[in-house]
Amino acid sequence: METLQLWIGALLTLMIFSFLYRDNPFYKFAEHLFVGVSAAYWMVQGFWNEIVPNLLAKLFPNQMANIVEAARGSQVQSHYAIAGILGLILLTRLIPPIAWLSRWSMAFIIGYTAGTNLTRYLSSDFVTQVQSTLSRPLITGSGANWFDTLMLNFSNLVIVGGVLCGLIYFFFSKEHTGAFGKMSRVGIWVLMVAFGASFGYTVMARISLLIGRIEFLRGWILSFL
Amino acid sequence: MTFFEKLGSVDRRWIFLFIAVAVTIPLLTGRSAPVIPSPIVQHLFDAIDALPPGSRVLLSLDFGPSTVPENLPMASAVARHCLKKNLALYVITIWATGPPIINTLMNDVIRADFPDKVYGVDYVNLGYKVGNQGVIQALNTDFKGQYTMDAGLGKDLAPQPTSRIAMMKPIGGLRDFQFIVPIGSGFPGVKEWVQFGGDVSGVDVGGGVTAVEAPLLYPYYPQQLSGLMGGLLGAAEYEAALTQAYPEFGESAKVALVRMFPQTVAHLVIVGFVVLGNIAFFAAKRRARKR
Repeated sequence: METLQLWIGALLTLMIFSFLYRDNPFYKFAEHLFVGVSAAYWMVQGFWNEIVPNLLAKLFPNQMANIVEAARGSQVQSHYAIAGILGLILLTRLIPPIAWLSRWSMAFIIGYTAGTNLTRYLSSDFVTQVQSTLSRPLITGSGANWFDTLMLNFSNLVIVGGVLCGLIYFFFSKEHTGAFGKMSRVGIWVLMVAFGASFGYTVMARISLLIGRIEFLRGWILSFL
Repeated sequence: MTFFEKLGSVDRRWIFLFIAVAVTIPLLTGRSAPVIPSPIVQHLFDAIDALPPGSRVLLSLDFGPSTVPENLPMASAVARHCLKKNLALYVITIWATGPPIINTLMNDVIRADFPDKVYGVDYVNLGYKVGNQGVIQALNTDFKGQYTMDAGLGKDLAPQPTSRIAMMKPIGGLRDFQFIVPIGSGFPGVKEWVQFGGDVSGVDVGGGVTAVEAPLLYPYYPQQLSGLMGGLLGAAEYEAALTQAYPEFGESAKVALVRMFPQTVAHLVIVGFVVLGNIAFFAAKRRARKR
């Protein structure tokens, strides 16, 4: 069985790699198979990990006790029917005359997500980030030696200055001239450096994946020996 | 057509071939790259290393097979470190593609390298829980309510109610953990563990992400993240710190270190092509101006 898995994995990898030469039916087959298998995997996971334990086991605990251990001996929680109904009417999008019903489910999903995320993003991504940027001392003597101290001060200056200049670049209510314009120019450079770092990291990620696949193919070839 | 103009219009398949060769040959040598842990990775290592024995660590593997080459070495190194330090390891995932990866970690790392560790006492597999950041939020106050069953050890150990597992008894919420280590490659991942887990519960968070995501996570360090492994390099740096502190892992914890050698060669080739491409571009421009 493991040999079969290895062969299927290796052949599909080669089919995907064949696109680097040019588009071809083998690549198309592997691509479509990947999309189909992924969709099926997510659907099965969603059913057994979400609908069965979080809905059916709550509404029909006695009937589901053999499948969901946690449902054994628990009471019927009928309010879960509301979630079930909202889930079902989401599918009314497929029936045009009553498609409007699905908006209620969408409103619930959007409202819950916005409400949950708003406070956390505001706290973690805005307030705490502003605090940790502005609380950096521009002159500190806390390094282990003079070189560390110098580098620490330089890093803090780059972070605070970079954030300010980056923000100025996106501030369009004042003309970018004079000192303001120069800071805006520095802001562009800060953005370019950030994009460059992102690009470098992306290259590293892609090469890492290539290394993973080549290691897999090496294992496949070695299995012949 | 001059040499540089020819260089500028080279078929991209030659470049693919060069990259493939640049990765394959160094990989076949099996050599490790010399890697020195950066401060951000060293801080993560030190934070875990400083935990007293018996401390509870939550390891969340939030990635899929596509990023296993980057993420799994991180998870393996952290798991080895935790078990070596006699920390209680709780493994979960909030990605549907996570369960097979947890099985790999359990079988290839934990059970293979630490046969004396006992399931349910030293480590536990709590499996997958659907709900993205909603799960993390719920774990703050009702951990056992979310995980009524564990995920067991495949064919060797069937899932059982968590009420029967010894190491689950002291867990009420995320506050009962001493450290949270999310290893992620997207949404939900390390960012959500910071926002909904660490920032809410006050528990230290430090983890690992794919290289693509790393630049987006660095701003959380050091206030909201105790440390971060960024991509394969981050994993290799953690392995370097681990093998430096615990030389017995010299052979087992060098997956990322070995992968960093072809990574380095491939980067040199790419840098070379970028330089050549620029030379070709400016040479063609100069020639056009002369005409």
